[in-house]
Amino acid sequence: MGRPTIRLDSKLVEYARSLAKKITDDVQKIIDEHSTVSTERATLRLLGVDGVVGEDRIPLVNVVLDKLKEWNMLDQGAFKPVVNAAIVLDKDVQQICEAIADGLDLRTLPQPKRQVYETFSKKLVEEALARIKRKSEERDALLQQLGDPPKPYKYLIVATGNIYEDVVQARAAVFQGADIIAVIRSTAQSLLDYVPYGATTEGYGGTYATQENFRIMRQALDEAARKVGRYIRQVNYASGLCMPEIAVMAALEGLDILLNDAMYGILFRDINMLRTFTDQYISRLICAYANITINTGEDNYLTTADAIEKAHTVTASQLINEQFALKAGLKPQLMGLGHAFEINPNVEDSLLYEIAHAMLSRELFPDCPVKYMPPTRYMTGNIFKGYAMNTLFNLVSSMTGQSIQLLGILTEAIHTPYMHDRYLALVNANYVFSAARHLGDEILFKPDGFIEKRANEVLRKAVELLEHISDVGLFSAIEQGIFADIKRSREGGKGLEGVFKKSEAYENPIRSALEHELGVRR
Amino acid sequence: MSERNLVRPYGDQMDDGAVQLSFTLPVEFGPLAREAAKKFCEKLGFYEVTIATMEDLSEGYTFFVVYGKTDVAVDLSSIKVIAPKVQRLPREKIDELVLQKLKRPIVVVGATIGTDAHTIGLDSILNMKGFHGDYGLERYKAFKVYNLGAQVPPIELVKKVREVGADVVLVSQVVTQRNIHIQHLTELMELLYAENLRDKLLVIVGGPRITHELALELGYDAGFGSGTTPSEVANFIVQELLKKRGL
Repeated sequence: MGRPTIRLDSKLVEYARSLAKKITDDVQKIIDEHSTVSTERATLRLLGVDGVVGEDRIPLVNVVLDKLKEWNMLDQGAFKPVVNAAIVLDKDVQQICEAIADGLDLRTLPQPKRQVYETFSKKLVEEALARIKRKSEERDALLQQLGDPPKPYKYLIVATGNIYEDVVQARAAVFQGADIIAVIRSTAQSLLDYVPYGATTEGYGGTYATQENFRIMRQALDEAARKVGRYIRQVNYASGLCMPEIAVMAALEGLDILLNDAMYGILFRDINMLRTFTDQYISRLICAYANITINTGEDNYLTTADAIEKAHTVTASQLINEQFALKAGLKPQLMGLGHAFEINPNVEDSLLYEIAHAMLSRELFPDCPVKYMPPTRYMTGNIFKGYAMNTLFNLVSSMTGQSIQLLGILTEAIHTPYMHDRYLALVNANYVFSAARHLGDEILFKPDGFIEKRANEVLRKAVELLEHISDVGLFSAIEQGIFADIKRSREGGKGLEGVFKKSEAYENPIRSALEHELGVRR
Repeated sequence: MSERNLVRPYGDQMDDGAVQLSFTLPVEFGPLAREAAKKFCEKLGFYEVTIATMEDLSEGYTFFVVYGKTDVAVDLSSIKVIAPKVQRLPREKIDELVLQKLKRPIVVVGATIGTDAHTIGLDSILNMKGFHGDYGLERYKAFKVYNLGAQVPPIELVKKVREVGADVVLVSQVVTQRNIHIQHLTELMELLYAENLRDKLLVIVGGPRITHELALELGYDAGFGSGTTPSEVANFIVQELLKKRGL
C-alpha cells in the first residue's frame, strides 16, 4: 500500500536533525560516564542468572547487587567480581550468585590471572550474545513461515491482571483479527526497582511483566498465530526503573516490540533523569541486537497538553528519541516513534489537523514503523460518539500509511476493555482498513494547502524548541518544563540512588560487545 | 410537579419500555447461545426480546446486541436524591477557581505511611498520568504536589507538612495486616493535633480498605476507596478547602 506525500522544507528537516543530534551528543557523554543497578542486574541476567531468594522472593540479581554495593565494589560493575569468583572457585555464574546470597564474601577472594579472566569472559559474552541471536533468528524464521500481516498492524491491549486470563483474551483477539497483543503492566510496576518473578495471577489495572509471564503469552500467541496463519507480535513495557532488565527478558523470550521512551519515565513517572537516560541506552542496545522494535511515548504529551498548540513538542521529542536510538545502534526500521489522534473533536477541521500531523510523522520518518495512538483525552462515556471518533482515527491512519495502529476502544473512558469492546474495535478497523486500502495511493495533497502548510509550521516550531533545548541542554530543558508542561529536577525523582559513576576499574564486556557488534563503539 | 410519577424507558412511544442491551456470554456461537441470551433477557424482565445481532467472538464466546421491552417502572415520587457533597467540575474549572479565589496553588503533601510499601493508590491519584484516563493532581495548575512515596513515618510527614505549609494531607494505606493501618492513621492524626496543625488542614485517606465512614470515625475529613479517580479527590479538596478558608 502506498501513501501520499507532502513537501517539507528539506533544509529545515536537516537542521532539526542536527540540533537533535547535538542535544543527545551532550547527554550521551554523561550517560557513558555512568551505570545503574538495573544495567548491572541486566548484565547478570544476560549471564544466565535467574531465580529468587527467600520468603520475600527477592530476585537473586537484586541480592547480588545489594551485596556489591555493601562491599563498595559496585563502581567496577557486577561483571568482573562475579566472573572472577566463578573462575577462582570453579563454579558457574549462577552458582556464584547463589553462594553470595548464602553468605559468600567476594572481598576475601584472590584474583585470577588477567589472561584467564579475559578468555573466560570472552566465552561468557559470546554465549550471552548467541542466546539472544538464536532467539531472534527463531522469531524471524516464524515470521517468514507464517507471513507478515498488512500494515497498519492492529494492536490490542489485554489487562486482566491474571496472565492465564490474558491468554484467553489475547487468543480471542487474534482470532478476531489482531496482529499485535500488548499485555499492560500492573499499575506502578514501573516504580519497582526489581522485576517480579514467576507466573502472576493478581495485578492492579494490568498484569506484572515477569519473564515467566512473557513466556506463557509468547507460547499462546505462537499457537494462535499458527492457527490463523499470520505472525502475531507480542508487546511489553521496557520503561520505568528496570528498562534494561525488561529488555533482556524480552530478548530471551522473543518479544517483538517494547515500549521504550528516552524521556517518558522522567516526565510521567517522576523517575530521575540520569537514571532514565542511562537505562534507556542499555535497553536500546539490547533491543537493537535482539531485533526488537521500540515504541516511543510521544502520544502522552498530547494527553497532558493541547494537541494543536503543542504538536511541535511531539515532533521535537520524536527527533530526540530518534537520535538516542541511533546512538544505541537501532535502525529506523526498529524505531516505532509515537504520535496520537488527540485533537479536540469540537475543533472545526480537526480532521485536517490530524492528517497534517500524521503526514508530518510519516514524511519526517519514512522508514520508521510509526505507532499511532487512538483518541483518549476526549473520549467520554458516550461510547457511540467514541466509536465514530475511532472510525476517523482508523481512516487517517490508513490513508497516511501509519504502521502500528493501537486500536481505539469505545469504552476508553469507562473501564479496561471487555472482550466485546476489543471485538468492536477490530470490526471498525477491519472495515476501514479494507474499505480504504488503496485510498492513500490516490491522494495528492494540494501544494501549499492547509495540510502542507500546517505540517511545515509544526516543524518550524519544533526547530525553535530544539534550538532552545540545544542552548540550555536537555537536563535544564526538562527542569524548565519544556515537555508536557511537566518540570522535573536533575537531582529529583525516583531511582537516583541506583545510578553510579563508573570507576577506572569498571568493566562491562557484554555492553562493550553489544556496542562493537552494533557499530556504535565510542 | 408532573402528574406522571411512574416512568418507563422511552423508545418511540410513551411507556413502550424499550431498552437496548449488549453483552457477551461464554457460550459457543450457535442456536444454543441465541436461546441462552434470549432466556437471560427474559429473566431480567424483558419481553418481545429481539436478538438484533449475535457475533462469534471465538474461544467459546458470543456477543449480543438485544432489544427488549419492559413493564418495570419507577415511581419518581418515591425517590429521594441525596444531594452530592461534591460538584464535578472539569480540571480547567478547578484550576481557574483556585487561582482566582486562593490566588496560589493548593499545597498537597501525600505519602503512604507506616510499613506499607505500596504507592499504587497514592501515585494514581498524584502522578501526572493519573488513573483510568483521569489525570493526577500533578496535572492541575491548582495543586502543588509533594509526593513523599512509601513507608514514610508519620513524624516525617508532619515535618514536611510544616516545612512546605501544606493545605492538604493525603495518606494512602494499601496493604495492611491485622488492621495495622488503623493504628498508623490514628498515630498520624494524634501527631497533627499535638503539633497544632490539624485545624488548618484537610486530611484525607485512601485505600482499598478505607471507607468514608471509617475515615470520619478516625477524625479524617474524607476517605476514598478503590476505584476513586483523581478528579473526584481534586473536586473534594478544592470545594472543601475553599469552604474551610471561607472563600
